[in-house]
Amino acid sequence: MKFRSQTLDNGLEVVAECNDAAHSLGVGFFVRTGARDETDEVAGVSHFLEHMVFKGTPRRSADDVNREFDELGAHYNAFTSEENTVYYAAVLPEYQEPCVDLIADIMRPSLREGDFEMEKKVILEEIQMYADQPPFGMDEKIKELHFGEHPLARSVLGSLESVGSLSAAQMQSYFDSRYSPGNMFVGAAGRIDFDALVRQVEQLCGDWSPQSLVREVPAADSQPNFQCVHRASATQQYCLQLADAPASESDDRYAAKLLATVFGDDSGSRLYWELVDSGLTESASLGHYEYLGAGMFFSWLSCDPDEAHANLGRMVDLQAKVERDGFTAEELRQAQSKLKARVVLGSERPRNRLFNVGGNWMQRREYRSVADDLETVDQVTLDDIHRVLAKFPLTRHTTITIGPLEQWPDTP
Amino acid sequence: MSAASQVQQRVAQIHRLANGMVLVGEPTRAVQSAALTLMVPCGYTTDPPDRLGLSSLLCDMILRGAGARDSRALINDLEILGVERGESVGASHTSFSAATVASNLDEGLAIYADIVRAPHFPEDQLDAGKLVCLQELRGVEDEPSQKLMVALRDRAYPSPWGRSSHGGEQGINDSRRADVTTQWSQGYRPNGAILGVAGNFDWQAIVDRVEAVFSDWKMVDATPTVELPSSTSDPHTSFDSNQCHIGIAFPSVPYRNPEYLRAWAAVGVLSGGMSSRLFTEVREKRGLCYTVSASLQTQRDRAQVLCYAGTSAERAQETLDVTHAEVVRLGAGVETGELNRLKARIKSGLIMQQESTSARSAAIARDWYHLGRVRPLEEVGGLVDDLTAEDINSYLADHPPGDFTFATLGPQPLDLPREIS
Repeated sequence: MKFRSQTLDNGLEVVAECNDAAHSLGVGFFVRTGARDETDEVAGVSHFLEHMVFKGTPRRSADDVNREFDELGAHYNAFTSEENTVYYAAVLPEYQEPCVDLIADIMRPSLREGDFEMEKKVILEEIQMYADQPPFGMDEKIKELHFGEHPLARSVLGSLESVGSLSAAQMQSYFDSRYSPGNMFVGAAGRIDFDALVRQVEQLCGDWSPQSLVREVPAADSQPNFQCVHRASATQQYCLQLADAPASESDDRYAAKLLATVFGDDSGSRLYWELVDSGLTESASLGHYEYLGAGMFFSWLSCDPDEAHANLGRMVDLQAKVERDGFTAEELRQAQSKLKARVVLGSERPRNRLFNVGGNWMQRREYRSVADDLETVDQVTLDDIHRVLAKFPLTRHTTITIGPLEQWPDTP
Repeated sequence: MSAASQVQQRVAQIHRLANGMVLVGEPTRAVQSAALTLMVPCGYTTDPPDRLGLSSLLCDMILRGAGARDSRALINDLEILGVERGESVGASHTSFSAATVASNLDEGLAIYADIVRAPHFPEDQLDAGKLVCLQELRGVEDEPSQKLMVALRDRAYPSPWGRSSHGGEQGINDSRRADVTTQWSQGYRPNGAILGVAGNFDWQAIVDRVEAVFSDWKMVDATPTVELPSSTSDPHTSFDSNQCHIGIAFPSVPYRNPEYLRAWAAVGVLSGGMSSRLFTEVREKRGLCYTVSASLQTQRDRAQVLCYAGTSAERAQETLDVTHAEVVRLGAGVETGELNRLKARIKSGLIMQQESTSARSAAIARDWYHLGRVRPLEEVGGLVDDLTAEDINSYLADHPPGDFTFATLGPQPLDLPREIS
């Protein structure tokens, strides 16, 4: 495996982990834009734009784009988060050239009015689909409750109203300001011909004009909070919890991942033994999510509504106990084994490596090999984890619960 | 380049134990991991009618201690070995999958032998095991698309083939420890068990290990399945939701049928990739849905194509009509361009499957179950290369989509299409 990188004159970077032993390759455009870069007037535009990118260019119709990806046998998709929009395709090495031609072309979409109105209907369906599924939109609501006006609290999907009233002109203007060569990069992994990749990207994207762009990364000022939302039609009660955590710039992020694994992995963790193995809950878990300037410890619990109050109490008791007494060396060793095996298993697919290489470049402009990750996981100590826990206590959290309960007993 | 010439020539090895268990392995030096899939013939179709969900309960209980390890030691030791594990209960088998770094395969295998052969079934954890299963049942109630597909399968397949793997509340509540142990002693047996192993391992060494831990496992006679007519429940389930969920099923041919590849390719034209018919007609041209799809779901002796679409209630009738019309239009045949795109997708899918040892161990175990042999990827590639639009169209002419089963879930029922004969 070899890491290569190059920057075009207009600022567009190309980064790749080249592996001649791979059977396939993954390539993608990583754009530093997401919900945090939106305003109220255009809430949801990043995600809607991600859909519109597949709707054609001056050279291609929407049908052409879909057809050509399929002709290459590509496994392709895109996703939008609070701060990133990523477009990717995995293909066999022989299709590197046509695949790059296609994916680079769609990065300059036509945003045609007719396509815009048709796709708006699809987005409105997507919003309604998520509103019908657990946690019924509360994963977005809880960020708002915890982070208040902070940009990370913005909804990725937007609302029926904000997306419904969005115009193609507003989207074009957002696109013009965000999809500039300095605000995105090309990432690749697997059996990549890097020199050919750079030549082709230069030819296809070299004339994109650079723009200066500054993203505001204000410090997150969180406020613990509580809310109970009644949803009569639900069967289970769902509890979501959000606490501050190390941000993506922080060296503590590995300790945070291990903390989340020991405390709340979906198997073998403290939450698992207390709440899941016992059948008290359908699920109970903790995950760590990192963003620029802020991180999140996100807890999730679902169970019978009659047991929800007691179960949430049990979860908070476990948090308090671990803050008081810490974890054991054996627990850490187990979590390290688990995480390292996941790193190794995940690394065998080029498309997984693409997300790893792209993610590291997106957040920190750094390259980390599989060996680097394994070594760092091994180096995390119990002291590191306890230090993170002291700085980001799980007990300082915002909670939202939704389900059949009309009222939460003894609401704090 | 053809698909056949691009896949690596990995050859699956087969070893039959005297007790009927079969080991299929696909060793390669190209990866650092190894994965196993252990299938035991205890599917949800073997649940007694008054104990629906028993195999699911058994699958939970079986991990609560085995051999020298209690419940906690068992899970912890698997995690120290870095095992990424999963368990699922299917129609005919319960499957255990485990993947980890290659050097831990032997130890992991020994633990799985204990799990299936020497479980403790601690009485004091039976209530917890039942609660886990009941929680899963309740969880499905909040997932409208899953709930709809459970109803669709129930209506499309003859009983017990269309059951839900989760069973029912009554069956789980009524199950006692004796039911669990009886189900285990009948279903967790070597005759009918298949172990698939893929990744970086030595074939002869794994044969020796498997013989050492499984050769004295005693055979048990299988109980034949009694088939009954499929459910005649109301096609509509009333549900308080924004969206209406639509399911359409029609019969197809199972994996071991010589025509399977043609049937599967036809479904690929309907729903594989974003240029497929359903995606184009339902989502891209009309904006009716975010999700619309169809897939061929095969059991050993029967198969159904299951289509799904979810859309807001006021556009549900149009979505049902357009989706159904596309399914019917498939009977008129596919075009060469559509087939070529599909071939490209299949080809890259075959090659990328080699990049995951978990996927391969599951695929070779499944091949053995359906075919009684493991088809090399090279052979599959050759079959795909040789497939023509005429082949598919002749299959479709003989088996046009029809005999539909419908299920809907949402605020109000829809007018179901009438079949024209």
